[in-house]
Amino acid sequence: MTSELIRKTAAELAELIHSKQVSAVEVAQAHLDRIAEVDGTIHAFLHVAADEALKSAALVDEALAAGSEPASPLAGVPLALKDVFTTIDMPTTAGSKILEGWRPPYDATVTKKLRAAGITILGKTNMDEFAMGSSTEYSAYGPTRNPWDLDRVPGGSGGGSAAALAAFEAPLAIGTDTGGSIRQPAAFTGTVGVKPTYGGVSRYGLIACASSLDQGGPCARTVLDAALLHEVIGGHDPLDSTSIDQPVPAVVDAVRQGASGDLSGVRVGVVRELTGEGYQAGVQAAFDAAVQQLEKLGADVVEVSCPTFPTGIAAYYLILPSEVSSNLARFDAMRYGLRVDQGSSAEEVMAATRESGFGPEVKRRIMLGTYALSAGYYDAYYGQAQKVRTLIARDFAAAFEQADVLVSPTAPTTAFPLGDKLDDPLSMYLNDLATIPTNLAGTAALSVPCGLADGLPTGLQVMAPAMGEAVMYRVAAAYEAARGPAPTPEVTA
Amino acid sequence: MSADPGATGPTLGRDEVAHLARLARLAVTEDELDLFARQLDSIIEWVAKVGEIAAADVPPTSHAVPLQNVFRPDELRPGLTQEQALAGAPASQDGRFRVPRILGEEQ
Amino acid sequence: MSAPVYDLVDFDEVVEKFDPALGLEVHVELSTKTKMFCGCPTTFGAEPNTQVCPTCLGLPGSLPVVNKAAVEAAIRIGLALNCSIAPWCRFARKNYFYPDMPKNFQTSQYDEPIAFDGYLDVVLDDGETFRVGIERAHMEEDTGKSVHIGGADGRIHGAEYSLLDYNRAGVPLIEIVTKPILGTRERAPEIARAYVTALRDLIKALGVSDVRMDQGSLRCDVNLSLAPRGSGELGTRTETKNVNSLRSVERAVRHEMCRQAGVLLAGGEVVQETRHFLEDTASTRPGRRKETSEDYRYFPEPDLVPIAPSEEWIEELRATLPELPWARRARLQKEWQLSDEELRDLVNAGALDLIEATVAAGAPADDARAWWVAYLTQQANAREIPLDELPITPAQVARVIELVKSGELTNKLAREAVNGVLAGEGDVDEVVAKRGLAVVSDEGELVAAVEAALAAQPDVVEKIRGGKVQAAGAIVGAVMKATGGKADAKRVRELILERCS
Repeated sequence: MTSELIRKTAAELAELIHSKQVSAVEVAQAHLDRIAEVDGTIHAFLHVAADEALKSAALVDEALAAGSEPASPLAGVPLALKDVFTTIDMPTTAGSKILEGWRPPYDATVTKKLRAAGITILGKTNMDEFAMGSSTEYSAYGPTRNPWDLDRVPGGSGGGSAAALAAFEAPLAIGTDTGGSIRQPAAFTGTVGVKPTYGGVSRYGLIACASSLDQGGPCARTVLDAALLHEVIGGHDPLDSTSIDQPVPAVVDAVRQGASGDLSGVRVGVVRELTGEGYQAGVQAAFDAAVQQLEKLGADVVEVSCPTFPTGIAAYYLILPSEVSSNLARFDAMRYGLRVDQGSSAEEVMAATRESGFGPEVKRRIMLGTYALSAGYYDAYYGQAQKVRTLIARDFAAAFEQADVLVSPTAPTTAFPLGDKLDDPLSMYLNDLATIPTNLAGTAALSVPCGLADGLPTGLQVMAPAMGEAVMYRVAAAYEAARGPAPTPEVTA
Repeated sequence: MSADPGATGPTLGRDEVAHLARLARLAVTEDELDLFARQLDSIIEWVAKVGEIAAADVPPTSHAVPLQNVFRPDELRPGLTQEQALAGAPASQDGRFRVPRILGEEQ
Repeated sequence: MSAPVYDLVDFDEVVEKFDPALGLEVHVELSTKTKMFCGCPTTFGAEPNTQVCPTCLGLPGSLPVVNKAAVEAAIRIGLALNCSIAPWCRFARKNYFYPDMPKNFQTSQYDEPIAFDGYLDVVLDDGETFRVGIERAHMEEDTGKSVHIGGADGRIHGAEYSLLDYNRAGVPLIEIVTKPILGTRERAPEIARAYVTALRDLIKALGVSDVRMDQGSLRCDVNLSLAPRGSGELGTRTETKNVNSLRSVERAVRHEMCRQAGVLLAGGEVVQETRHFLEDTASTRPGRRKETSEDYRYFPEPDLVPIAPSEEWIEELRATLPELPWARRARLQKEWQLSDEELRDLVNAGALDLIEATVAAGAPADDARAWWVAYLTQQANAREIPLDELPITPAQVARVIELVKSGELTNKLAREAVNGVLAGEGDVDEVVAKRGLAVVSDEGELVAAVEAALAAQPDVVEKIRGGKVQAAGAIVGAVMKATGGKADAKRVRELILERCS
């Protein structure tokens, strides 16, 4: 039974639970068993909350037994939460030593919404420290392994959430996407990852990496599951000033519409600057095949040009570190988290704690951001990067005149070997070149599995205008249905 | 700091990295100074290409979504108790956070 | 290495040789119900760390949301200072590490203040008006408070450790910065004080802050530089902090002028630095030198969206501006027919609001003024508290005046009634009843007392009958004594004369 339950989609599990064919507790237990079986190898989780998960599942079963309607279409379905959202009943570390053992006194809005929806939170997933990285190797708690090849990375920063899905440790997960941290791991693990419109999902309680770029979003193994989760976590939050005060786009309806397989009248733009040179041949081939598939479904495929996109990555690596240098200043050993009692003054203790509590990539970016914001450099770096940001938004606006959605490979390569890029920050950064423009513009995008290249998964990125998630989900669902079941990895303990 | 982003040669030396580390309150080691000087220099050289885009008349974007005038009514919201506030503190005393002596003065 | 010590220069000599340039930065803590960016209370004096939440404690994941009332207060202050209101502005982050600042950046406004380019006309002691230019008024948040343990006098220097309370962290502040104030000459100290006084009165009239310098809800930093007389240059300036009273503003300016002149005349250079005002010696001492030059790395706050006040909103707020203090003073002077001196006395005694409120409660202006500047001022002085902290309201004073007018209280009884109110015995009428202060108006009782007094002094009765009406005073005195002062002396006199005619 366990092996059957863990391979089901969230929608299927919800159906079984709500029709009382299976209890939420059984479903939670099946996934906890799977975690116990494989997570010693995968290391997707930083914290497994077995007791809390079973208690929460039992509440769903009780309510259903009492005749109540399910609290949400996903009530009773288990989920893996990226360890960057605060949880009052579980430690929250953001993958950093500086927050080891910290128990937040409050729940993030996303956490609250998950609880209110009756979703079973299995635990907190591994990530690059403070979401900075593209491989999850920068976690202070050790890397997560890719279920497709244990010697390869699962992508990052949300490698834990993506690997948990691919290894059938959870049917749903939450990630955050600052420059591709949901989409690139989805591509590397053959799962679905969605970066919603900036402001579409509350950031309250999401430990900030770069405030103007961060966005929480749903991760799943199918487009429908992602859409169901999207509707649970999306929506306006008065505690987040950048939250959009509009209803969540009707993405579940869009998926159902897309699954019928007809995309006639939908204009799909292939972004010239996000293909070709620099893309692994197999990745490019899988992408080309996916575009042909979309054409077969009736979509009008056009080529569009976004000339500023290649500069986006440079702008991103100025804006992100600048915001990081400020956001991470609060970790100073005074009020919470690690304190290294070295030196006799507050100033010395702060510097010693930050030196020892932050990993190398975090320190690198803090210093880079400190530099970019310094007097005399601001205009040349941060100011200019903000202008590039405007140009990227203009590129998107022009492209969306010609197309309803834009497509590209999600990442230029498949999952790379562990340790491959650790000593070369720049080559690690370049892995994000296709995902970054969306974050800079605040638009929406997702990654859906689009076949294997050299035995490893690749992702098709579908990009949409701000609050244009419906058409993006529709295209992804149509493609997914036409593609047929995606291959899955075999993971054994 | 004397470096000019447009100049050739290393943009960041050890001294500048040490200065940045002080500003960022990071007690970096000697080895790190060398490593970061090398790495930051190549990263900065690379990100400096944002300057190659002619954008003199382009307005900067600080916020991706064009929202404005988002306010909160002046109404009380429940906060934390003193116990909750201090629960994560490395040290506390008399309802306050206890920290080592402070060298600098208020600004 | 210790800094060279320079002599202070006599103030007259400073003015003869130098032109002072003055700049004042005033921080006003708003009295909104909640903080700038979160829903925590702002009340003064609560138990430490009980008015905090994830946002004002800077906990990971927390986010700010702007308090609308604070923005409205900022705009109203800007309008009252004749400023332009920015059609679009943002918050910025001012980055520096300090333990009393939970996020290690202050959310403030940098190059986009909500109000800018205004002025405040300040009336000086001799009645002359001096216009102080306002550079900007911007919104920001306050820091927490630290207590330093183990050093001398709780000072930071020499302390072993510090204790932090974040109740004040995030309380809304408006920072009001003047343009350089030039051409003040020997009046620089007076003008500095008059400006802060006028600003305080203005903000009080707006009702957006309680502007208590002693509680830190109004704080002033004094920037001062000297340039050779007539040179038209600007010298190196110092910024003096910890100036906690109006008198200190004046004294800090005077001291810095005399100190800087001493440095300059001895051939030294004024160091651009932060100095601290020392209340006890009316002098300043240098702050600790910083190891690195400040670089606040300002950038637009990504967690907050821009503020773009519409014309309609600004006009709505403009309509709520109260009569401004100087306009009001001019009106009251005219209405109450006061001389300049009388007006100034009332202002200095802090009695203007109280008298106006008493008049508003129905009392004639003369009586209201007489009560507040005479008897009540004495009472306040005796208790060593400001007049407006006497435990009596203008309405209560008006009631006392009303009772005197109607003859129900004599002036003497009225003072007793006021004493009762001040002693916390209740409202005016309660005190009158409890203390039995009402004038004896029972005609029968009064007649009996009069007849008894007449009977006791037949010789006086004879005198009155003989035409010596002024002899009635002795009988009146006897009646007043017999009634414990509660008789209406005028009526008593009438009764005596009736019976002696």
